[in-house]
Amino acid sequence: MIPISIKVSLDLVKSLYAKFIDWDNEMIDLETSTRSHATNTAISEDLGQVEYILTDKTGTLTENKMIFKRCCISGIFYGNESGDALKDVELLNAVASGSSDVIRFLTVMAVCNTVIPIQSKSGEILYKAQSQDEEALVRAAAHLHMIFVNKNANSLEINFNASIIQYEVLDTLEFTSDRKRMSIVIKDCRGGKTFLLSKGADEAILPHALPGQQTRTFAEAVEQYAQLGLRTLCLAWRELEEDEYREWSLMFKEANSTLVDREWRVAEVCQRLEHNLELLGVAAIEDRLQDGVPETIETLRKAGINFWMLTGDKQNTAIQIALSCNFVSPEPKGQLLLINGKTEDEVCTSLERVLLTMRTTNSEPKDVAFVVDGWALEIALKHYRKAFTELAILSRTAICCRVTPSQKAQLVELLKSCDYRTLAIGDGGNDVRMIQQADIGVGISGREGLQAARAADYSIGKFRFLKRLILVHGRYSYNRTAFLSQYSFYKSLLICFIQIFFSFISGVSGTSLFNSVSLMAYNVFYTSIPVLVSVLDKDLSERTVMQHPQILFYCQAGRLLNPSTFAGWFGRSLFHAIVVFAITIHAYAYDKSEMEELSMVALSGCIWLQAFVVSIETNSFTIPQLLAIWGNLAAFYVINWIVSALPSSGMYTIMFRLCRQPTYWVTMFLIVAAGMGPVLALKYFRYTYRSSKINILQQAERLGGPILSLGNIEPQPRSYDKDVCPLSISQPKNRNPVFEPLLSDSPNATRRSFGPGTPFDFFQSQSRLSSSYSRNCKDN
Amino acid sequence: MDEDGGTSAVGMDNQSIPVLRAGLKVKPRIRKEFMNQRYLNGFESLPGVDLVSIVFLCERNTAPHGSKYWSDTAIYQFTQQSLPACKPVMTPASVITSFFLVGIIFIPVGLVCLQASQSVVEIVDSYDTDCIPDPFKNNKVAYIKDSSIPKKCFRFLKVHKHMKAPIYIYYQLDNYYQNHRRYVKSRSDHQLLHGLKYNDTSSCRPEESNNGLPIVPCGLIAWSLFNDTYAFFRGTEELKVSRKNIAWKSDRDHKFGKHVYPFNFQNGTLIGGGNLDPTIALSDQEDLIVWMRTAALPSFRKSYGRIEEDLDVDDVVRVELLNNYNTYSFGGKKKLVLSTASWLGGKNDFLGMAYVYVGSSSIFIAFAFMLLHVKNPR
Repeated sequence: MIPISIKVSLDLVKSLYAKFIDWDNEMIDLETSTRSHATNTAISEDLGQVEYILTDKTGTLTENKMIFKRCCISGIFYGNESGDALKDVELLNAVASGSSDVIRFLTVMAVCNTVIPIQSKSGEILYKAQSQDEEALVRAAAHLHMIFVNKNANSLEINFNASIIQYEVLDTLEFTSDRKRMSIVIKDCRGGKTFLLSKGADEAILPHALPGQQTRTFAEAVEQYAQLGLRTLCLAWRELEEDEYREWSLMFKEANSTLVDREWRVAEVCQRLEHNLELLGVAAIEDRLQDGVPETIETLRKAGINFWMLTGDKQNTAIQIALSCNFVSPEPKGQLLLINGKTEDEVCTSLERVLLTMRTTNSEPKDVAFVVDGWALEIALKHYRKAFTELAILSRTAICCRVTPSQKAQLVELLKSCDYRTLAIGDGGNDVRMIQQADIGVGISGREGLQAARAADYSIGKFRFLKRLILVHGRYSYNRTAFLSQYSFYKSLLICFIQIFFSFISGVSGTSLFNSVSLMAYNVFYTSIPVLVSVLDKDLSERTVMQHPQILFYCQAGRLLNPSTFAGWFGRSLFHAIVVFAITIHAYAYDKSEMEELSMVALSGCIWLQAFVVSIETNSFTIPQLLAIWGNLAAFYVINWIVSALPSSGMYTIMFRLCRQPTYWVTMFLIVAAGMGPVLALKYFRYTYRSSKINILQQAERLGGPILSLGNIEPQPRSYDKDVCPLSISQPKNRNPVFEPLLSDSPNATRRSFGPGTPFDFFQSQSRLSSSYSRNCKDN
Repeated sequence: MDEDGGTSAVGMDNQSIPVLRAGLKVKPRIRKEFMNQRYLNGFESLPGVDLVSIVFLCERNTAPHGSKYWSDTAIYQFTQQSLPACKPVMTPASVITSFFLVGIIFIPVGLVCLQASQSVVEIVDSYDTDCIPDPFKNNKVAYIKDSSIPKKCFRFLKVHKHMKAPIYIYYQLDNYYQNHRRYVKSRSDHQLLHGLKYNDTSSCRPEESNNGLPIVPCGLIAWSLFNDTYAFFRGTEELKVSRKNIAWKSDRDHKFGKHVYPFNFQNGTLIGGGNLDPTIALSDQEDLIVWMRTAALPSFRKSYGRIEEDLDVDDVVRVELLNNYNTYSFGGKKKLVLSTASWLGGKNDFLGMAYVYVGSSSIFIAFAFMLLHVKNPR
């Protein structure tokens, strides 16, 4: 029998979990005054079971507030001493003296972009930019007296040292994440010369430099800046011949108007113009870490969650950020294993070497991280998927740099295929695919717009709220759902078992002991409210959870909702059914054995027991909970008195008669004592002598005693399915003696973004329930 | 509540955050609550914070207009999941004490119940086999079905203990499944109340109608009405037996019609049980009313009447009974029960025994936990 009430209760409760996230005042981003928001109300408890977090870097870990910090113009480094190029006297002097290199560099900074300047009433110029980098460059240029003043349809004005320079914009070669550069073709209105101005990532610009030009200084500069965790952009330009441009312009127009494969065609045409570039310099932009990022990552890693950083940035920048936000421990504890290579063979050897190191390493698995770049990743995913999967399982931390949005999604897919619960967090449009692919998508409603936040299941204002989202909301939701779903089965089974027992003494004819009104009201009125208020239950205070994030392990491994806990509830309902039934038929034997009376005695026995069961399973009582539990018991009597007062009802006068009989009350207390005694004894025994870590923390929290060492409850690395990856792992394969979570696991949970949700996903969980049973049986 | 603390805190805050004073229309107590929130302490250090938006947030979260302080606080605490909670903890002392307490309460209560049950005097006489004359011992069904054979039978019950009036007379049927699904359903409550006016009696099948005429009362339950009769004598004097008020008053008043008379009852080829006097309204047919209250268990007792005289020790009660009811065809048993009553009802040791058992088990558990605690202190 499927208790339909479980579906209703779960839906109600889940929407409340989501509301709690929306309401949480500690997850408001005060700077933008945005609240956290749960768009998907169905997966709050999955938050508590996250095993992998895949995070974007820019805007997610960092503030995405770009500030131009350093630059290198034709081999001269500015801003190295002061740490701020805008205050570097040398640069200011160079600008003042009108050094042509510097001026060209500044021109590219100010012009090569898609920023729109807006003149405010007070005469100030505000810049509206899609890209934070561009805005930073334009601002910096303005600071260096190259002020981008105005932009019309085809012309732009620049105010340099109080003289207006006008340019005509001929074409804009837009930025795409594949090209990793953008260019602009302008015509100087004074000289009539045409220029191509380009800026982009070093690997997108340096290969297209003018042959013979010394690119080494630039490469070194890029390297140096990346080491400091700065984002680098290479700036270049080229003077175009009139004919060359005209010819190309036609092609470009044609490419722009094609219908098929336009993006690819445009990119190809752009490529034809972007060559023989004259390198001007390298700009370095700082993007500070958000507040609390290192602490958040530290805490969540303690909770046994593995972090993968997926970024479009350079390897060195990514590593620096990773180091500064506790992503990897610094040397010598932490080890970074690089996977690189340009060809299949190189990648293969590199991958094997890393795998070997991983297998034989003695360090904590989380101190070893591998670093892979987009190109190597592409090859690895294409040709060495099995080896890479093994690597993904062995290592708890990974840094993937220079990855494209689709690669991010592929990585999520890979982890999901190994049965891990993944959470993807990002802020920009390039993270949307990853967010949609992951079990749980979290979007940061940041400066790059709301694309990610809209596509995500949860949107938060700052990365540091993730800690609270997972440890507080996710964990509580999981615990509450675990209780609620098992309890719903318990209460329905209780009634079922009694009916089954009764059928044995009614000639197996299928007579219902309970009348139809009682049966109907049992799930709706008599038992649903006490369990619904368990949404207010907290096993541990938020502070304790934050201090001991390790206990999240109980959620991740499905310790609170698995076949064995389920069997416990099953056994409890069987035991309680026996108690209620046996006591009722013996106490109400012979002359008292009237059908309606006996049925109400058995029913009230069930109601009394369930009130005590909810009480004993509740960890903290708030006033609504107390009211719901005991008020519900009172309401049971009130409802039945009302029904008993209706002459037309079958149970006319029954409840009044019963309440006047001393036998009735004596029987009720007997049922409660006999039913709850063993339950309490068992619970106390396990609480005191076989305590789980949660119990230890509860005791410590409530009695104020010292917290004994929690020990290491780090889960063993899960061995992955053999048929997925036949490669053997030399590590001992300890499969956890824990089971898959039953109800709340939702690898194919209905996602908001993928079509309408199936209305009966409980039945899906049912089938999953059976499949995970069988899977566990196989494994044992 | 602590109004003083509230106002003073507000005074202090007013100086430091003048904007709040202007913008926040929050009740003092709530505002204090809000001030305690971490992030408000950082107000001055965040110059760029848009105060207006914070004011907006404050108002939305903490102070819906026009409601009382405490409900504001309560709603705020509810949304923040920070309602004050009582967190009971299972200390050895509390658990062991509660088990002891259960034991200490349950054993005496159990003893009282046992005593009540023991005080009931009960005479049970199984007469179904003894009331069959010897020639029919091998074919009881034929005997009971043959209406030409007289069914009179005498039983002698010896009183062991003084029985105080009223002494309840029950008949007990064993192995009689009055709770069978089809049997239970085969009745029409509306017809019992409204009689022939109510003619949708399909639930009564198979005893719905006979010869095209409806049966009142219809259904299997009424059809199988118990019809053994008893008369009680002490010596030659007949004991005063009251057969009134044996059914529930609510049934007589509201479930069985005062103007509904039996009609076409037991007229078929198959006679189930007793017949009813067609001149007496159903609400006065108390044997029927008692019978229609189906029993939930396959062994049950039903009221027959009350003896309104005391019976002394060693009195012999002669029962003159008519053994009409056929329980032989399905192996049922019939018993006659005379019983006094206590505050717990008839003789039933179960509750008392169960109480004593549960009480002693919980004392045993308490001791076990105590030992465990002493041996294994934590």
